[in-house]
Amino acid sequence: MARTPRPAMADRLTTPIIYLVLLVAWEACTRYFRVPGWVLPMPSAIATTAWEWAPELASNTLVTMRETLVGFVLALVLSVPLAVVIAFAPVARRILYPILLGLQSIPKVALAPLVILWLGIGEWPKVVIVVLVCFFPILVNVVAGLEAAPRNMLDLMRSLTATQLSIFLRLRLLVALPPLFPGCKVAITFAVIGSVIGEFVAAQDGLGYLILTSTAQSQTPLAFAALLVLTVLSVVLFYAIEAVERRVVTWTP
Amino acid sequence: MAAASLSLSGVTKVYGRTGTETHALGPIDLTIEPGTFVSVVGPSGCGKSTLLRLVAGLEPASDGRIERDGAPLTGPSREVGIVFQDHVLFPWASILENVLLPAEVLGLPKAPARARALHLLEMTGLKDFAGARPQMLSGGMKQRAAFCRALLADPKMLLLDEPFGALDALTREELSLELSRLWQELGRTALLITHDIEEAILLGDRVIIMSARPGRIRADIPVDLARPRDVRTAQHPRFIEIKQQVRDLIFARPND
Repeated sequence: MARTPRPAMADRLTTPIIYLVLLVAWEACTRYFRVPGWVLPMPSAIATTAWEWAPELASNTLVTMRETLVGFVLALVLSVPLAVVIAFAPVARRILYPILLGLQSIPKVALAPLVILWLGIGEWPKVVIVVLVCFFPILVNVVAGLEAAPRNMLDLMRSLTATQLSIFLRLRLLVALPPLFPGCKVAITFAVIGSVIGEFVAAQDGLGYLILTSTAQSQTPLAFAALLVLTVLSVVLFYAIEAVERRVVTWTP
Repeated sequence: MAAASLSLSGVTKVYGRTGTETHALGPIDLTIEPGTFVSVVGPSGCGKSTLLRLVAGLEPASDGRIERDGAPLTGPSREVGIVFQDHVLFPWASILENVLLPAEVLGLPKAPARARALHLLEMTGLKDFAGARPQMLSGGMKQRAAFCRALLADPKMLLLDEPFGALDALTREELSLELSRLWQELGRTALLITHDIEEAILLGDRVIIMSARPGRIRADIPVDLARPRDVRTAQHPRFIEIKQQVRDLIFARPND
């Protein structure tokens, strides 16, 4: 009995230990080979800079997070009804799918300057770019989910003289829920990238802006600190969606 | 208490377009008296499941007339309860919610529906699992829940499409005896599609034997065995006699 927790504890510690070893190796290599700080800063230098610049990092994180979340939610709100229309109206599918697919195929980096040109340098153009990168993975998954209702379940509903609306609400929507979340998880990681793309083109704040200005001024440690925060933001948002998924999808489809 | 009658005349089903069509079924002529239990057996691919889908109103017949209680069939009806080969329980809903699905869809009053659902779950030994999700239950228990759901809206006719087909042999036997008891209590008209000869005889008042595609009725054998039937019925000389007769008819060549 006393032995059983040990492997579990070891499993839990594996990842942090490996990360720590890599960090120490990084620190040691940069010190030993005397790599200039503006090329590759030492982890300790990044930590010190992050501490010094904490207020700026925090306020810029807030901006990027706001752009990311507003864009993601907007993409969700737009793509779910669109998915319903595409799944149930063949005409809409014929007209909309090629447009959406085309829009998805355009590199958003190429589109970003135009969006900024049209909407200015505030937060909204970034939100629009986030929506553009986010909606497709959500849409595709929801369309597939709405069409995935098993034939025998549809037969059951029809045998109960259920209306199309009733079949949609009681069956199709619930079948579409499990595929919705993988789409959202892909979308949220894209969303963070989307807001940074927007900030790279033209911005006054945000983590992307901070990375751009600090590298331009050879403040590489600050750029690394911002990059780190960006990564943490992306990972946290991903796991947040996974937590919602676990609460909502409590069954195995 | 009401049971429905059913009559089919010249019913056929053809799939596909003209030129490449498959003649799946018929012509079928069949009359089922109210309150009788009719079993349909036949080789796989003989269209017996198609027959059930037509009677259920899930698919239109290509030709012929189907009448329930003297009125032509127009589509699915709340007076018909169906049990499919798979339990078809919704994995996101509890057993009780699954059993209550017909009441939800048909908009029946909630309290009496709930009381009836709990009563049916008690009759089938599932009361303790009312709040459980389907994945917690064994195959036999899931199929019992599917029976409860089919019976919830008090249908006049039960359509059973190989309801024990996905179960192991022991559970099959147990459940078919249970169904036999349940049917006797309820006295509803029932149409059972199966490929199990013993099951067909044990449950049926009549056994309809179908020929291979296109499915036609080859024979209609009355089962004159006393009810209630139980495990020992299968040892009855008359049962064995009927069983042999059915087997001979199934495996006979069309020209014999």
